[in-house]
Amino acid sequence: MIVLEKRPQPSQTWSMATPVVAVLATMFFGGVLFAALGKNPVEAIMTIFWEPLFGEFSFYYRPQLLIKGAPLVLIAIGLSLGFRAGIWNIGAEGQYIMGAIVGAGVGLAFYPLEAWYIFPLMVIGGAFGGWIWAMIPAILKVRFGTNEILVSLMLVYVAEQMLASVSLGLLKNPEGYGFPGSRNLQSWDSAHNAELFAGSGMHWGVVTALIAVIFAYVLLNRHMLGFHIRLTGEAPRAAKFAGVNPARLILFCLGASGVLAGLAGMFEVAGPAGQITIDFNVGYGFTAIIVAFLGRLHPVGIVLAGGVMALTYIGGDIAQSNLGLPSAAIQVFQGMLLFFLLALDLLTNYRIRLASKEVA
Amino acid sequence: MDLSAINPVLLIASLMVAATPILLAAIGELVVEKAGVLNLGVEGMMIVGAISGFAITVESGSPWLGFLASAIGGALLSLLFVVLTQVALANQVASGLALTLFGLGLSSLMGQSYVGIKPPQMGKLDIPVLTDLPVIGPILFGHDPILYLGIALTAAVWALLKYTRVGLVLRAVGENHDAAHALGYKVVRIRIMAIMFGGACAGLGGAYISLIRVPQWTEGMTAGVGWIALALVVFASWKPWRALLGAYLFGGVTVVQLNLQAAGVAIPVEYLAMSPYLITIFVLVLLSRDKSGAPASLGRIFHATH
Amino acid sequence: MKLTSLLATAALGLGLATAAVAADKTKVGFVYVGPVGDGGWTYEHDQGRKAVVAEFGDKVETVYVENVAEGPDSERVMTQMALDGADLIFTTSFGYMDPTINVAKKFPNVKFEHATGYKRADNVSTYSARFYEGRAVQGTIAGHMTKSNVVGYIGSFPIPEVIRGINSAFVHARKVNPDVQFKIVWAFTWFDPAKEADAAKVLIEQGADVILQHTDSTAPQAAAQAAGNVITFGQASDMSEYAPHPRVSSIIDDWAPYYIARTKAVMDGTWESKDTWDGIGAGMVGIGEISDAVPAEVKAEALAIKDALADGSYHAFTGPIKKQDGSDWLGEGETADDGTLAGMNFYVEGIEGDIPQ
Repeated sequence: MIVLEKRPQPSQTWSMATPVVAVLATMFFGGVLFAALGKNPVEAIMTIFWEPLFGEFSFYYRPQLLIKGAPLVLIAIGLSLGFRAGIWNIGAEGQYIMGAIVGAGVGLAFYPLEAWYIFPLMVIGGAFGGWIWAMIPAILKVRFGTNEILVSLMLVYVAEQMLASVSLGLLKNPEGYGFPGSRNLQSWDSAHNAELFAGSGMHWGVVTALIAVIFAYVLLNRHMLGFHIRLTGEAPRAAKFAGVNPARLILFCLGASGVLAGLAGMFEVAGPAGQITIDFNVGYGFTAIIVAFLGRLHPVGIVLAGGVMALTYIGGDIAQSNLGLPSAAIQVFQGMLLFFLLALDLLTNYRIRLASKEVA
Repeated sequence: MDLSAINPVLLIASLMVAATPILLAAIGELVVEKAGVLNLGVEGMMIVGAISGFAITVESGSPWLGFLASAIGGALLSLLFVVLTQVALANQVASGLALTLFGLGLSSLMGQSYVGIKPPQMGKLDIPVLTDLPVIGPILFGHDPILYLGIALTAAVWALLKYTRVGLVLRAVGENHDAAHALGYKVVRIRIMAIMFGGACAGLGGAYISLIRVPQWTEGMTAGVGWIALALVVFASWKPWRALLGAYLFGGVTVVQLNLQAAGVAIPVEYLAMSPYLITIFVLVLLSRDKSGAPASLGRIFHATH
Repeated sequence: MKLTSLLATAALGLGLATAAVAADKTKVGFVYVGPVGDGGWTYEHDQGRKAVVAEFGDKVETVYVENVAEGPDSERVMTQMALDGADLIFTTSFGYMDPTINVAKKFPNVKFEHATGYKRADNVSTYSARFYEGRAVQGTIAGHMTKSNVVGYIGSFPIPEVIRGINSAFVHARKVNPDVQFKIVWAFTWFDPAKEADAAKVLIEQGADVILQHTDSTAPQAAAQAAGNVITFGQASDMSEYAPHPRVSSIIDDWAPYYIARTKAVMDGTWESKDTWDGIGAGMVGIGEISDAVPAEVKAEALAIKDALADGSYHAFTGPIKKQDGSDWLGEGETADDGTLAGMNFYVEGIEGDIPQ
């Protein structure tokens, strides 16, 4: 009989090896799926994983990885702080939307002025929008003990309605012939979150994501607050004795994740997306939850996980176009990848042994 | 504005229909969470149930077989979650989210040849005299059988948790899995049963949308109902009757806002559209004094060390 | 090297590379906002793509990507198609407008066709369908058929496209029935069949016996069938599975003739940038068969309007028409100009309620 035996220490070797094994397993089973759909499995797998990184047009796709991955990483970093402390903000999508609305709104209030201070003000606006939206569940939790999972989720739907409302009303482009959607910020230099080096994909959102990663790493490993976060998550009772103030922790964790999600929304609207529209949000806030866990709630892990997710999105679109794979097959493939990454992590923490029946 | 155009009897009857898919999924998830497992894959299991039920109904011509298939489909998908969380001891939040992603993709693949087909209909309850009663008739005796199944399931889960040994064991496992294990209960086996029950219920809820409420198959047609169901379990503080109340409240606000729109009430439409979510938050704040909350082991990984 | 020039070089290189083989194969790309299995908007565009394949066979290669979010994702998918040698790319959602223009700038040799937008360039055309012509036919039938004089209308979002349809249907319903009233419900979502079902039920409960929908699912059809004495119209696709009753007719999006013509133009080298807004006449807006649930004389009247719209002898917005606030819009015999129609954001006189802003 097979039994699991907990390792005294997580295995270093396996923590490095499992992602690789997981990707290989996904390639195999994904290949079976693609073959069942009548496609060449090797070609499909190559298209998804190889094409964006080293293919003929990788000069274009590599920067796209940054554009697609940055908001995921930025949001996931914020979420990971709360998740570590057992504070469940699953409404990052709403905070992302509100950051974009407030950020773009602050900018558009100045239109068509050209001034250096507009973009910094938009950044502050974006952070504020996300923060205030996260403060609603935070304050309700601190004041009334209301469950933050539900409140933050409900606020996503409220934010989506707000987004539709401002796209059709308040922020609608006056020169847009009555069509919904705001002015395009890409064509207004003072508000445009342009690439810092043309063709690099590097915009302020990417820079901010990198800063957030470093900041989170230092916070968690070198700072008292980070210690309190980890303690609360791992041993709530011990945290109480250590003098952790739960209210302060809730406000900080939800606030920080709100700020980062809001910033992600603001950088997106001012840069790659360009404008507020009814369908501005594309689910980064929810995907970031997966990214946070795939990255084992560790800043460096999150960067890698964000990169892998971005890669499968970009590679998946290429495979759709070049091989005629339905997008559903790509979704199933992504699901498989997540399954294997999650399941095989077992090997990091446990040892698999064959044992005789009597022992069990 | 013409509020007299709103017929309260019909309104109540249709909010019961609107609430049923949410209720079915929420009751299933409630049992799962009572056993100490958090499965965020409800949306994925619902949509797989929706297509399984739709396909079998179309192929066999029997909605009853279809609903059976939807429960099986949901339960089968939940087995993936079982493998991840109970065998491989993976993180439940991430596994559930991955399950939703997988389920959405899988359902689209399964449903490719079922777009634009009208499924056979399930008849409505029609009891002579009773169904024709004014007011009570349409509300109590004029629905499809699955709606009553939802209510019956709520009652059954309530009784099971409250009065039976199975319920006691389930709650014990959810409250403290180590203690339950020490007492000799099969923690993992009980949880697996609970997860599959949750999957079956979510499947039924999905099929209710594709076979009765809409009825049609289109990709992604559950459109977020699974998330609402998840929220509802928290809203209900893990109490079955409160889940029923919550589902009716949520379905009710949705139907009422459409009624108010049609009656031409001068409230901006976007605020009406937000109202179900805002009212849910508001009621939750009112209810949150009640601290009889989450099962203590919810979401925690169990591994028998001996 | 700047990305633009890099891309241009790549495109040029490809252009040269493909020029050799271009003689036998034209590559056409399609970017879809929803899944091809949505049974509505994207489904009909994909039918158009299949028609292109059926028409040209081996001479054409089509590629598509579904579920492409508006914004940077769409820009990436278009760029990718252009890099991979597409000669012609159809971008089939309003939200793809600015991304299409951006990508088109980088690939001057690739032709782009953007649906429902208003921005054009030397290599970007726009195309859209005059669905409001179909609404005129529906309004006529609705005005005759309603007994309660209440017509329910399910809208998605209050955008000019939807408002135009409401106005057109209302003008023609009033023309044949001065007592008719419209009840309008906004779903505030593009896609949520369950919500559409609820909306239809609510309208029926509040006395509507004709339901018009500007949403793509068959949920309202099923609700009408359950109610028994309510009629509906198919939207986007024919929805003939609900004929002859409740579905008495339909508006069908038929992109095939346009897609075939434009692909042909690229093959022949006669493609040039233009704005196309076609209606019943050109076949872009199809009117599904009017079923026998409609009395013969009403059917004849509806078909007469359809024919007049098709041959151009009648415009769906012909004065006198006043705006909702009572101010004059069109004088006697005057017809609406395309600019006003394209950005329509007001109701005509007689419709109650406000457009959500």
